Amino acid sequence: MADDPDHDHSGGSELSEMDARVRALETLLTERGLVDPAALDGIVETYEHEIGPHRGAQVVARAWTDPDFREWLVRDATTAVASMGYGGRAGEHLIALANTPEVHNMVVCTLCSCYPWPVLGLPPVWYKTPAYRAKAVRDPRGVLADFGVTLPDSTRIRVWDSTSEQRYLFVPMRPDDTEGWDAERLATLVTRDSMIGTGLASAPSQETVS
Amino acid sequence: MNGVHDVGGMQCFGAVRPESDEPVFHAEWEGRVLALTLATGALGAWNIDQSRSARESLPPAVYLSSSYYRIWFEALEGLLGRSGLLDGGFAARARTWPEMKSALDASNSFARETDSPPQFAVGDRVRARMIHPAGHTRLPRSVRGQVGTIVLVHGSQVFPDRDAVPIGEPADQTPEWIYAVEFSGTDLWGPDSDPTVTVCVDAWEPYLEAAS
Repeated sequence: MADDPDHDHSGGSELSEMDARVRALETLLTERGLVDPAALDGIVETYEHEIGPHRGAQVVARAWTDPDFREWLVRDATTAVASMGYGGRAGEHLIALANTPEVHNMVVCTLCSCYPWPVLGLPPVWYKTPAYRAKAVRDPRGVLADFGVTLPDSTRIRVWDSTSEQRYLFVPMRPDDTEGWDAERLATLVTRDSMIGTGLASAPSQETVS
Repeated sequence: MNGVHDVGGMQCFGAVRPESDEPVFHAEWEGRVLALTLATGALGAWNIDQSRSARESLPPAVYLSSSYYRIWFEALEGLLGRSGLLDGGFAARARTWPEMKSALDASNSFARETDSPPQFAVGDRVRARMIHPAGHTRLPRSVRGQVGTIVLVHGSQVFPDRDAVPIGEPADQTPEWIYAVEFSGTDLWGPDSDPTVTVCVDAWEPYLEAAS
């Protein structure tokens, strides 16, 4: 194909270089008895459909409605989150902090991509880019602006550089005009970015009806 | 190692570009790379610190020009080559899905007991040592030589710098105390930077010294 200048690389049957390399490695490892394709399918399925930020949203909504749970979460997030059935890989050492009008927390991993998988799922691409990793520690308000968020000058911004096994989850401020809402309804306002600190919880007017 | 992965504070990468309705994987091969990495990692031929070190030790031009899962793939090829898994030097059997599922759900804590008391407590002023380790490290260049305040004591855990031995050598999991250290943004980025910003870095005790 490389010597065919007219070859159409947009064709649906064409394998990209990475498709081909990854398939070749999977075939080799399967033939050697080192991986089981069914296990690979299971891993992909789990991170595509089972583990994701809806879990963190449930944790946050419970913290908004249950003061005892909130206190437990901030004191020992790993155990508090495990009580809701969420734990495991990349969530062995969870730390939860509450965002307030005085202090806004944001997490980044400047060296790689450390992220609390059991409560937020796999990180989005932007979280893993040099652009975010470079800018978050030096200019977090600029990052917030990239997300369309402006905070008061009086709010302190604390950026957590999570570069190994401590993984951070933030409890965003509960939106106004949500008195009487139960945790299930409140969870619909908890965005992934609000738990990373690059966003805020949604306003009730933006409630997503499921 | 002062690698190109250590990008905190660099100013050449432009704006952050969030993507709406982002898929978990942008191509099928990305999911397979994640799965291959987790499935081969479960065979025990290397640990997570060796795995991170393999990614961060890629040639700088390869690292910076590769997408995230391509970095994982390039590193995985290197790990497999050095591990003995492909030539029978390290015997292993594929994990089934139930075994793999249990491994993903399990809590593999990095905490380890130590007889040594922590040298620092919350509120102590500490300096991040001016060090440039030749091997694996988790101390970002941006804080080296700077003075900050201990804000959390995380416990005693496996020390990545010692854990990331060359593949095939026994890892040293002797723990060290790890802390969150808060630095003033203006100390890190100069007097013209945002005075409302602080940066908290997870730092192991060997990275720190008492500051007067």
